[in-house]
Amino acid sequence: MAVIRKYLSILRVRFTNGMQYRAAALAGIVTQFAWGFLYLLLYRAFYQSDAGAFPMDQQSLAAYIWLQQAFLALFAVWTLDNDIFELISSGNIAYELCRPCDLYSMLFFRTLGSRLARAALRCGPILLVAALLPAPYGMRLPASWAAAGLFVLSFCLGALVVAAFGMLIYISAFFTISPMGVRLIAVSLVDFLSGSIIPIPFFPKALQLIFSILPFGAMQNVPFRIYGGDLNGIEATVSILLQAFWLAVLIWIGRMMMKKALHRVVIQGG
Amino acid sequence: MRLYRKYLSIHVKSMMQFKTSFFLTALGQFLVSFTAILGVYFLLDRFHAVKGYRFTDILLCSAVILMSFSLAECFARGFDQFPKAISNGEFDRMLVRPRSEIFQILASKFELTRIGRMLQGILMLAIAFWQSGVQWSFAKILTLVFMILGGTAVFSCLFLLYAAFSFFTLEGLEFMNVLTDGGKEFGQYPVSVYGKAVLAFCTAVVPYAWFQQIPLEYLTGHSTNPLRIAAPLVCFAFLIPCYAVWRIGLRHYKSTGS
Repeated sequence: MAVIRKYLSILRVRFTNGMQYRAAALAGIVTQFAWGFLYLLLYRAFYQSDAGAFPMDQQSLAAYIWLQQAFLALFAVWTLDNDIFELISSGNIAYELCRPCDLYSMLFFRTLGSRLARAALRCGPILLVAALLPAPYGMRLPASWAAAGLFVLSFCLGALVVAAFGMLIYISAFFTISPMGVRLIAVSLVDFLSGSIIPIPFFPKALQLIFSILPFGAMQNVPFRIYGGDLNGIEATVSILLQAFWLAVLIWIGRMMMKKALHRVVIQGG
Repeated sequence: MRLYRKYLSIHVKSMMQFKTSFFLTALGQFLVSFTAILGVYFLLDRFHAVKGYRFTDILLCSAVILMSFSLAECFARGFDQFPKAISNGEFDRMLVRPRSEIFQILASKFELTRIGRMLQGILMLAIAFWQSGVQWSFAKILTLVFMILGGTAVFSCLFLLYAAFSFFTLEGLEFMNVLTDGGKEFGQYPVSVYGKAVLAFCTAVVPYAWFQQIPLEYLTGHSTNPLRIAAPLVCFAFLIPCYAVWRIGLRHYKSTGS
């Protein structure tokens, strides 16, 4: 119990810390609104060009887009915590190693805490406006209580999968002195494969299958599509199990990498 | 100009001290814009056309946007760092040097890693050039060159505006990203795709349409009005209000004292 309390308090500290950046959040909200509206207008143009080729109904797509904008900080891999990179490349990680905590869990809860704070500050206004928008462009409640329950479950799993994948990028900073390049490459690939550039249903059939099985398909793809009802029934259950599987695998890989990194860690300077 | 070249060579030399990092970053830049265009490809693969534009038309448009954005970013990136230069007093040092402030800011940063993005732009331009089915005449090539120059002007002006605002706020204004990054992201499609309101904004407020949708109609043969060739030149008029804001800001400037 004490162990859990320790990590939860790390989470809480980062959360309160992150809640201080209100002006930045306001700017973020403005950007997210612009992005959301432009995406809606873009997909409307595609819908008008060929409604028959549209793979999801407009209502679920609108839900997908607004959830994506509202919870960007939780589900976009690129919202990485610069402090952690700084910690590793400056060598201050040595102090963290002295603490009576497991380093992986500590960093995991730290990054989760700042992601949660950023999302909490931004999601309210976006969800509110999205709920008020007229029919095919706004967000409606999920179709049933069951769908809502599955959404919450897969939402949590998805956010954890993203955080666990982010850990791999942080840990890679132990191996390269300048993590910028690795970071850019990883982020752009994940953006594409997770359905944040275009939702996975818009890809050709064969690619859809591959992308849904990969760990990246276990991020925003599952919860956002369950919400709109695009993913339901047995398919939704399987996707959630897959999310849990990838979460376990990513955490395991992260721990292995961390162990290896600490085994040969060289702290740069003092 | 000689001084500018000297500045450039120093930047290049300092970047080459970290070769792996440089190449990885350039590769990352390349991938960012490559996945974006792949997204466009898969959407048009499914829908074949949007508002009458085929994939090759949009490829042409994306190539112009990417080229202009990366050219502007390569040279005018210093403005992006400008809020920092104000808060750490670097700008005060610039003011006492015997060269214009704008010149020094332009020379203070040169982003060679953007070469990845630019390579992507050149590649896309080449593919669009051969695949678009446009009958390339002198007038059309001139139009294309004007489009890229006009776009570079618009993005550079936006960077200048971003820096000018920080005279008043002393920190970067994130919402400007809507105009710069948003322009790059959503400008891949001709702006008329987003409907009348967005088109009106992009014609009258920030002149994206003038270097993108308006001359593109001429390139693709949807319109034969020769006035469209010169449309991108309108973009240069955007320099006037942006420079005015910069001058006003400069006059109001009080050092942060650090």
